[in-house]
Amino acid sequence: MSGPLGIVMLCHTALGRATELARHWAAAGCPVVIHVDQRVPRDDIEAMRRALADCPGIGFSERYACEWGTWSLVAATLAATQQLLADHADVRHVCLVSGMCLPLRPVAELVAYLEEHSGTDFIESVTTADVGWTVGGLNIERFTLRFPFSWRTRRRLFDRYVALQRRIGWRRRIPHGIEPHLGSQWWCLTRKTLESILNAPDRSRIERYFRRVWIPDESYFQSLARRYSTRLESRSLTLSKFDPQGRPFVFYDDHIELLRRSDCFVARKVWPGADRLFATFLAPPPWPGARLLPNPGRIDRLFSRAVERRLRGRAGLYMQSRFPRLDHENGKTSTPYSVFHGFTDLFEDFEAWLCRTTGARVHGHLFAPDRVDFAGGERFFHGALSDSALLRDHNPRAFLTNLIWNARGDRQVFQFSPRDNQACNWFMATDPNAQISVITGSWAIPLMARDADFAATRAEAARLQRIETAHLAILRSMYVKAQVRIWSLGEFLESPMEALQPILHDIAPRQRRSPTEVPRMLPLDTLGRFLQNLRNQGMQPTLVGDLPDTPPQPWPDQGRPYLVR
Amino acid sequence: MGYWQGYRLRLRRRRILWRSFRSRHALSVVADRTRTIGKSDILLFATLRNEGPRLPWFLDYYRKLGVRHFLFVDNASTDGSDSYLAAQPDVSIWRTEASYRAARFGMDWIGWLQIRHGHGHWCLVVDVDEFLVYPFCDTRPLPALTEWLDMGGIRSFPAMILDMYPKGPVDAHPYLPGQDPFEQACWFDAGNYTARRNERFGNLWIQGGPRARVFFSDAPDRAPALNKIPLVKWNRRYSYVGSTHMLLPRGLNLVYEEWGGERSSGCLLHAKFLSDFPAKAEEEMRRREHYHDSIEYRAYADRAAGPTDLWCVWSERYLNWRQLEILGLMSKGGWT
Repeated sequence: MSGPLGIVMLCHTALGRATELARHWAAAGCPVVIHVDQRVPRDDIEAMRRALADCPGIGFSERYACEWGTWSLVAATLAATQQLLADHADVRHVCLVSGMCLPLRPVAELVAYLEEHSGTDFIESVTTADVGWTVGGLNIERFTLRFPFSWRTRRRLFDRYVALQRRIGWRRRIPHGIEPHLGSQWWCLTRKTLESILNAPDRSRIERYFRRVWIPDESYFQSLARRYSTRLESRSLTLSKFDPQGRPFVFYDDHIELLRRSDCFVARKVWPGADRLFATFLAPPPWPGARLLPNPGRIDRLFSRAVERRLRGRAGLYMQSRFPRLDHENGKTSTPYSVFHGFTDLFEDFEAWLCRTTGARVHGHLFAPDRVDFAGGERFFHGALSDSALLRDHNPRAFLTNLIWNARGDRQVFQFSPRDNQACNWFMATDPNAQISVITGSWAIPLMARDADFAATRAEAARLQRIETAHLAILRSMYVKAQVRIWSLGEFLESPMEALQPILHDIAPRQRRSPTEVPRMLPLDTLGRFLQNLRNQGMQPTLVGDLPDTPPQPWPDQGRPYLVR
Repeated sequence: MGYWQGYRLRLRRRRILWRSFRSRHALSVVADRTRTIGKSDILLFATLRNEGPRLPWFLDYYRKLGVRHFLFVDNASTDGSDSYLAAQPDVSIWRTEASYRAARFGMDWIGWLQIRHGHGHWCLVVDVDEFLVYPFCDTRPLPALTEWLDMGGIRSFPAMILDMYPKGPVDAHPYLPGQDPFEQACWFDAGNYTARRNERFGNLWIQGGPRARVFFSDAPDRAPALNKIPLVKWNRRYSYVGSTHMLLPRGLNLVYEEWGGERSSGCLLHAKFLSDFPAKAEEEMRRREHYHDSIEYRAYADRAAGPTDLWCVWSERYLNWRQLEILGLMSKGGWT
């Protein structure tokens, strides 16, 4: 007496596990027919036969050498199914599993579920137009092209021959009565549907056609079930997921809770060494029956996260196994950051003020030539970044991305000037996370206070102006992705707080109130004279802009600045 | 890369293979149990010299991960390391008195053993003070990883060196045989590593960590390379070039994703900075058998005037692989 559910099991490795599984199915009253790959050594098969000799209801089918993606897999399945149906007349449903498919729920529950849905075929079956998951982009072409070369071992020939057929327009005709469908290889079909497939009058014609279809194990039963089934549920009872490279996800011991809560009937594929999984799920169930319907949502999420990680990775991370090419970074940095160019030359306590006003982490000149000026003058920063300028200049871009990555979630703000290392200018300008605010020409202010001989000062002014001009050319190019604001010193001095306000708002958008104090501006009385001296020496300080006629007053004389909100 | 350069790399690989083949004369067998190696066993290869105290924990660690056979080359140990290893049931060991330096820092010897015994196996090549950590290593043994790599046709698995150090002087607490070295040396630098692509070999050249921060802050170019590819599905035609930092053929070095995604990777926890470090540095300086005229050891020795403390306020305390994954030092890639 055999149960209403028959099992066809395909195995090619880990026969020990397959033996265990076959026993498990048989113990629950399900007749099993096992197909073992022809290429498995004879000794191993004999050992398996011996191990299962005492177990009634287990048979072995004719062996085929199964190569992935070829007809042999379907032929093996057909032979085993035929044998199962012939030997066990009570079987009403046949479930196709592999030697690595682990039943997650008691077999009795699956049997009961199928009793409830007698006459229903469970097979994922999707029209070729609607599948989004095929590897290599071949959908309908699986049915209309020829594939004489192996995809696994002769990839180049395979691809070239496909291209050739597309170019010339060779097509195979799809036989009458076949509507191409694709779907998971693992199905559970009714006796009626299977017998219709096996005894179809045109079976040999259809088989001849499918022999040359690519990956027929994902299309033969899926297409023919559509032809014969009276009630078809397009989903697989086997939980099986594939990654973007087309290999199945594997379950390990640490997935045990996830699998337990998934309420799926069968999971594929389970690593043969996952002792705990096998021990747990093949043990007699400790829980009573009456369970929920399959709910693989959590597993789906886990796997889609893994796919996301594999294909897009973490934004702003550069490391040993993620080193994106230029402009393929999916995010050059991980968190927004702000760069203030030329502000410290104009204000004497700018950093402290900015820190108080916005609450962000405000560094000094991170790219200064002598040392890295971390916030608070620290020697080290997040991730043990060192303040050594030599270490930083060894790879300035890595220094910047490390800084942002290490403190991710925490907005970094730093000062910049034409005196600093300019290596990251392009990188920052093309990074959407960067907010760059520039006062051009403010480098003149510290020069003004210099006592050194004027020729040297003039040369330095020319050098800084040259560097800043090059930087401005970058910031004004069409490739800029950063948020850039540029004022000349003259423009900025007209209404400093009006210029600062929107920047502050971007850095700390939740800070409702306006700043109650203002940064202290350096005295600029002699700036006009200094600039005239430069001009007299033959240098044109173009980036400073037009200073107001009267020497600019730092602020209107009242304590509170003029604010526009 | 042009055909000419490709051809030159091919010649270089064959030259290395020839050197490895020649170096077999330098090795004399102490214990050869390679007949017990099974068809799909994972093998570990290492060169060592006077590493007695570290061996018990080392063997224990890798046995638990699923390494089935150890193949050692002992370079003239005087502390009995060789006889200790020869007594282990899953160890084969060869001894040589030849120069470590002349044998490309031991890689010729290892190369020969790999040609002879590594073909078709997943081979792990590490030093005795390097401990592999990979995604899920607390719940999945190495065969789970290698089978997954096999399934995707991946032949090599990267693991960056992560220098571990104690807080305070390195020789404050003596390291005892069999002890977990990371009980003392449990600190590391989390985010000061820089990577650069080596166009010639296609690998990444990674520098940084405490050694760059403390010993090489005035010559960062000379800081030691931290990129390694220690786990490879070996073929007798492969060869390591310059320690295990890179391989030939070049395709094996492409362990990183270039189009924005992440591949899987691990870390080699480096237990170099234990109590025996100052003595070792001094000895190696005298022997001058190490890379770049032992420049590394010289840098340490220069510092040795004061006590060597690598710890800083932003040092991170090691917890587990998940921490390294979150910090971005290694990645699960598509494995889950």
